[in-house]
Amino acid sequence: MPQVAAYDSKVEGNVVFTQLDAAMNWMRKNSLWPMPMGLACCAIELMATAASRYDIARFGSEVMRFSPRQCDVMIVAGTVTYKMALAVKRIWEQMPEPKWCIAMGACASSGGMYRSYAVLQGIDQLIPVDVYVSGCPPRPEALLEGLMRLQKKIEGEQSFLAQKPQLVAELAPEIQKRSPMRVHVRGVATAPASKAT
Amino acid sequence: MTGPELLKSLSRLLGSKIQSRIEFRHETTFTIQPEDLREVARFCRDELSFDYLIDISSVDNLGEEPRFEVVYELYSMTLAIHLRIKLAVSEEVCAVNTVSDIWPTADWHEREIYDMMGIRFNNHPDLRRILMWDGYPFFPLRKDFPLEGLPSEMPDVAFTSAAPMEGGPFVTQPSTATAKDREPRARRPEVSL
Repeated sequence: MPQVAAYDSKVEGNVVFTQLDAAMNWMRKNSLWPMPMGLACCAIELMATAASRYDIARFGSEVMRFSPRQCDVMIVAGTVTYKMALAVKRIWEQMPEPKWCIAMGACASSGGMYRSYAVLQGIDQLIPVDVYVSGCPPRPEALLEGLMRLQKKIEGEQSFLAQKPQLVAELAPEIQKRSPMRVHVRGVATAPASKAT
Repeated sequence: MTGPELLKSLSRLLGSKIQSRIEFRHETTFTIQPEDLREVARFCRDELSFDYLIDISSVDNLGEEPRFEVVYELYSMTLAIHLRIKLAVSEEVCAVNTVSDIWPTADWHEREIYDMMGIRFNNHPDLRRILMWDGYPFFPLRKDFPLEGLPSEMPDVAFTSAAPMEGGPFVTQPSTATAKDREPRARRPEVSL
């Protein structure tokens, strides 16, 4: 028998029903802890974005973590030289999933004006980039816009499926069996409930 | 002795060590033989009070012989005068004696020249690359090194690849003209009338 939510005056108004993905995405997008990969002048604008006037804390991203283990989004701010490139990649690999990357400014996006022997032509050659922010350097508003675009992107992700693919696959037939009409598990191809009699 | 007087008498003091002397807009430049460098440097520091080595730079005159020049910029704190010393280095020798024991600041300047131009410094205490990584196979400020770079691979340290020179915001004209004509320029906006 499905559980029936009994009426309880003590918790009335404190319970919200939502989809698991929606809840996870909502929590993730509003607490994106950045890894500040400040490599050049873009880092100054990144600091300005974090400071009180532009206040990245309004978007839940004020916690600049210098330990990659605690970070969600790497903001590559500045010119990535070949000497630094593998270090950036290594820090990226030390960040736990789920993780995102913002390439801030022309240099991080494409090498910028540095067509030279020393500069990697875009950090996307080494790590996957979610949002490119144009500018040289971008203004703080532009970085905040990039962050909001990233939040929009996170909203649409299939978080639970990405995180626990096996569990979803195991649960899917059971859920399907219990309530074939109501539950739609996104991303999992479930066989039609054949046991239905 | 005041600064200008000293500069006037420098040729006499250094004698036959000086190959040529150029005065240009109150800047004095001496050319010396590479083997006289340490003697001249020590004399300039101890006797002539050039206690500050501002910079060492190097020039690649590709196609000329000798190919390289090394340029020392000296300054005297007490007399407030500058002195420039140049010496020519051929590509076969490609080495100069170090002055890092005379002016300690020369240590990193010489490392940078070694890194960028490939000129070695004899008896340098720690002649490693300073900007590029150990194992990088090229000397990028030489004139025969292409602007876009060359591919290289140093596993677990760094790699390089050639940068695209077309299609970007800057374009270069391949030509044998002067460096001024070859340097990258902003792409001309394509305007159709």
